[in-house]
Amino acid sequence: MANTSKGAIVGLGVTPMGRIYGRRAVDFAAEAIALALEDAGLQKSDVDGLLINANIPNDMLPGAQMTLGLENLTLMNVMSAYGSTGGSMMQYACMAIREGLATTVVLVYADAPLTPSRGAGQSYAGPHRFPLGGMTGLKAAYGDFGANLGYAMAAQRHMHLYGTTEDQLGTIAVGQRQWAQMSPWAQMKAPMTMADHHASRWIAEPLRLFDCCLVSNGAVAIIVTSVERARDLKQPPVHVLGYAQCAPGDNASTARHPGVETGAKRSGEAAFRMAGITRADIGSCQLYDCYTYTVLVTLEDYGFCAKGEGGPFVADGKLAPGGALPTNTGGGQLSGYYMWSFTPMSEAIVQARGQGGARQVANNDFILVSGNGGILNYHSTLIFSPHAGG
Amino acid sequence: MSQTATKPVPVPDEVSAPFFDGAREGRLMLQHCAACEKWSFPVRERCPHCMGAKLAWRAASGRGTLYTFAIMHQVMNPGFAADVPYNVSQIDLDEGVRMVCNIVGLANDALRIGMAVEAVFEDVGDGVSIPKFRPVTG
Repeated sequence: MANTSKGAIVGLGVTPMGRIYGRRAVDFAAEAIALALEDAGLQKSDVDGLLINANIPNDMLPGAQMTLGLENLTLMNVMSAYGSTGGSMMQYACMAIREGLATTVVLVYADAPLTPSRGAGQSYAGPHRFPLGGMTGLKAAYGDFGANLGYAMAAQRHMHLYGTTEDQLGTIAVGQRQWAQMSPWAQMKAPMTMADHHASRWIAEPLRLFDCCLVSNGAVAIIVTSVERARDLKQPPVHVLGYAQCAPGDNASTARHPGVETGAKRSGEAAFRMAGITRADIGSCQLYDCYTYTVLVTLEDYGFCAKGEGGPFVADGKLAPGGALPTNTGGGQLSGYYMWSFTPMSEAIVQARGQGGARQVANNDFILVSGNGGILNYHSTLIFSPHAGG
Repeated sequence: MSQTATKPVPVPDEVSAPFFDGAREGRLMLQHCAACEKWSFPVRERCPHCMGAKLAWRAASGRGTLYTFAIMHQVMNPGFAADVPYNVSQIDLDEGVRMVCNIVGLANDALRIGMAVEAVFEDVGDGVSIPKFRPVTG
């Protein structure tokens, strides 16, 4: 039997996603929080904790609290470890509630980098992102811009060591597009074949356009409270049974291999231990998917297959609808929406509640959720369940 | 005639000056720890391996192997518009340091992980030189 719940998710708000222009990140955040309160059957005045996920444009700052109109908070912070942050925020919220710092905590991620005048690839590419001072200027001098290159180099290394193929990466993208077609929130619903994947343009070889996540304007808010309080609220509670983080570090030593051996290993082991379950109990995965490769390497490091066998493991389509390990069932960030950890968390909440409609997984007893930030530098793991355990 | 956009040029600062001074003179300068005898990159005050405070600049061999690479097709900066597709690579230096760089003197499809490379130095303007790497021949 699983260990007892560490906290309960009672509210979820997801705004429309994608090329929605003329709105600020903080205004998307307000909409998401209003939707989450309505979903939970709570009032704004019930909220006494706010954790904000810092974003790349750096426009979700502490002052957002005032714009949102939240008052008398006893827990408030902006947190940052890039894409892994949301999973970690969930952990801090559970701990803070159990320690009595707050009773009802809102977690929010909001971003609005898309503008009508530029493509998604340029969304995070403003000149402020490429400082020239000192050693930092070397990156720009080498044309080392953005995250695409870092993940492409990690994938290339994996291909070299283990023979991972473009088809294996493509299988992940094609499967997630199938899931996206069943999600009301997904941005990309046009059918995708393996041929479509292979025909999509190179971004940074060996990664093609369809190996890369979307960019989204929008916001997601999640409300967390105690297990006791959750019983009286509108939605079936989603319990957080286990969690952990790992930031393996990269001191540019040739003895370390952060691109192919990630923090998911240690973080996953600790989260399973806390939850009192094993990998075999997991019915569905919601994995951070900034790139197809991220899904593959995360599955390896969580131990679903041996290191290096991620390619053959996914090749039979087991992650896609009808497969043995339904993964990223809302389309993920490749085809759904790019809200960092809030993409896998939001879909895991839907699945744990049994509200997935056509995409609902049969076994939702234990759902594994990952967050990942930097170039595979920061990792967070969560295990969600409809059951309080104990 | 269209004007070609220029590539970004690093602006050496106080802490990185020895690296750029070395590059201008054709030497790959890295920091070396007197306490644990390990090398490190990029620049910092304390050793990332042992936290020791005695880091000294030393000339590295400039030799290493290609750890991994990617071929960039996006133009994120107009200075690179004429260069795409170009490689960005990670080099494992003999000193145990991994650095991001470009491989020069080789077509993209000839890049092979594990190949031996050596540093060359390129004047990028404004009195600044930077290391790049080329295959070791012979």
